[in-house]
Amino acid sequence: MNISLGIISFFLLLALFLGIQSTRGKKMSMEQWTVGGRGFGTIFVFFLIAGEVYTTFTFLGGSGWAYSRGAAAYYVPAYIFLAYILSYWFAPKIWKYCKERNLISQPDYFAAKYNSRSLGVLVAIVGCVATVPYIVIQFKGLGIIVSQASYGSITPTVASCIGALVVTIYVMVSGIHGSAWTAIIKDFMIIIVVIFLGLYIPFHYFDGIKPMFEAVESAKPELLTLQDQGFSNSWFISTVIINAIGFYILPTSFMVILSAKNEKSLRKNAITLPFYTILLVFIFFIGFSAVIIAPGLENGDLSLLHLAIKTFDPWVIGIIGAAGLLTALVPTSVMLMASAAGLTQNLYKVIVPKASDKHLLVVSKIFIVLIGGVALLFTLSDGDAMALLNIMAYSLIIQLAPTAFFSLLKKNYVTKYGAFTGIIAGEIVVLYMSITGATISQFLPFVPQWIKDINGSLIALLINIIVMFVVSLVTKKKATINNDYIGREVIS
Amino acid sequence: YINLLILIPFIGFLVFLPWANRIEPYVLGLPFFLFWLLFWMIISPLLLIVVYKFDPANK
Repeated sequence: MNISLGIISFFLLLALFLGIQSTRGKKMSMEQWTVGGRGFGTIFVFFLIAGEVYTTFTFLGGSGWAYSRGAAAYYVPAYIFLAYILSYWFAPKIWKYCKERNLISQPDYFAAKYNSRSLGVLVAIVGCVATVPYIVIQFKGLGIIVSQASYGSITPTVASCIGALVVTIYVMVSGIHGSAWTAIIKDFMIIIVVIFLGLYIPFHYFDGIKPMFEAVESAKPELLTLQDQGFSNSWFISTVIINAIGFYILPTSFMVILSAKNEKSLRKNAITLPFYTILLVFIFFIGFSAVIIAPGLENGDLSLLHLAIKTFDPWVIGIIGAAGLLTALVPTSVMLMASAAGLTQNLYKVIVPKASDKHLLVVSKIFIVLIGGVALLFTLSDGDAMALLNIMAYSLIIQLAPTAFFSLLKKNYVTKYGAFTGIIAGEIVVLYMSITGATISQFLPFVPQWIKDINGSLIALLINIIVMFVVSLVTKKKATINNDYIGREVIS
Repeated sequence: YINLLILIPFIGFLVFLPWANRIEPYVLGLPFFLFWLLFWMIISPLLLIVVYKFDPANK
């Protein structure tokens, strides 16, 4: 075992230890396991939400996009900081509603708001189907990072399997508590590693940030701005808006909202988290540096690891690999839990309505193993179905956004029938566009280029909203929504 | 109405983005487009602090 793999193994065991230890002295109920008994203060919520941002994308996709697509990569920090700003307004409202009714998952919220079990089942299924590809991406990313950082002494497949086993164990034992404690060491490591790499590499190779950008401007000036077509202004703006709206609709982000102690901690996080997103800019510095130092890489996603291995000793690579490992474990643990809790509360409990809290906790843990197992199978098989799911995962989730938005208004014009059919219509359009590869330019070949560049997910979203309103108008008299007397015990 | 300040980053960042999409001038050693992004990432939470300060829900 080389020193790099030794350091990575140490942090893997530390994550497992912290995950298991985090529940000492706590009686595990369903609420305690999924949302930490709603007892997390500002700091824990900060690290959990930040954990959703700094995934394996930080070490692979972030620098990879800067390397191969340049300024188009800026859409990531742009949508994240705008999502945080939006959360100041809606996150406390969602938290308060769920707290008053003892709701512990995203499907619970939809089911209660629209007084519809069917909507809860639909949201649970959509959430689970869309989350699995993200878990697969994390497992694959973990395998690549650990394999590269250990100089190939462990294969990506073995690394993915070990990572999947560790995360499944500590999620089953400690739920969100394990995620929160692991998130803290992960984020401290991320801050140190990312700032160090982001500054050291440009200064080491170019004597500064500005000389590095000037070198890129001389070699490939097109990387420093958006293009006239393709990754253009209209693509950037539409993608940022769609992703900003969708960020807190992800079951994982939603679950972290519910784990907060009070509304203030959510507002404080809306203020502090945009500052933390600035770290992504340091990742871009590494990607842009690689454009000059390592031109012609076949896989741009490996630009950060390639530069690091070229520049540093094995023990430094071990620390980078360990940070990369943790960026996979933390978000995966929350994804597994959010999916399992959604299915337990809104699928299993519909079938077995008299199941006790203890019974539901056991079922949730079985779902964890099932979802983790399916994700690992997809990771190892690398089939076409997974590639398709990857493309449409975010588009599937975003279809829940209009229903969620209107649920926040004091006077909600959308009926449960409108919400249900709108989501179904949006998902059908997403499936059609993903399977056929259809784009706006195919539907409307005569429109100006800037319209052709608009993110295709907007079409599905527009159809979703139109269907939602039409059906709501037709069913207005039929549906009488009473938002005040619905809780977990009533909808179940 | 203080909550309407939340809309400023959306309007400021996204509406003027086509104007900001250029390399020159470099500001703080960064190409202008990247500086523009960073500027809004720092200004936005500062605006939220103002909202938080005047939000009766926090008193």
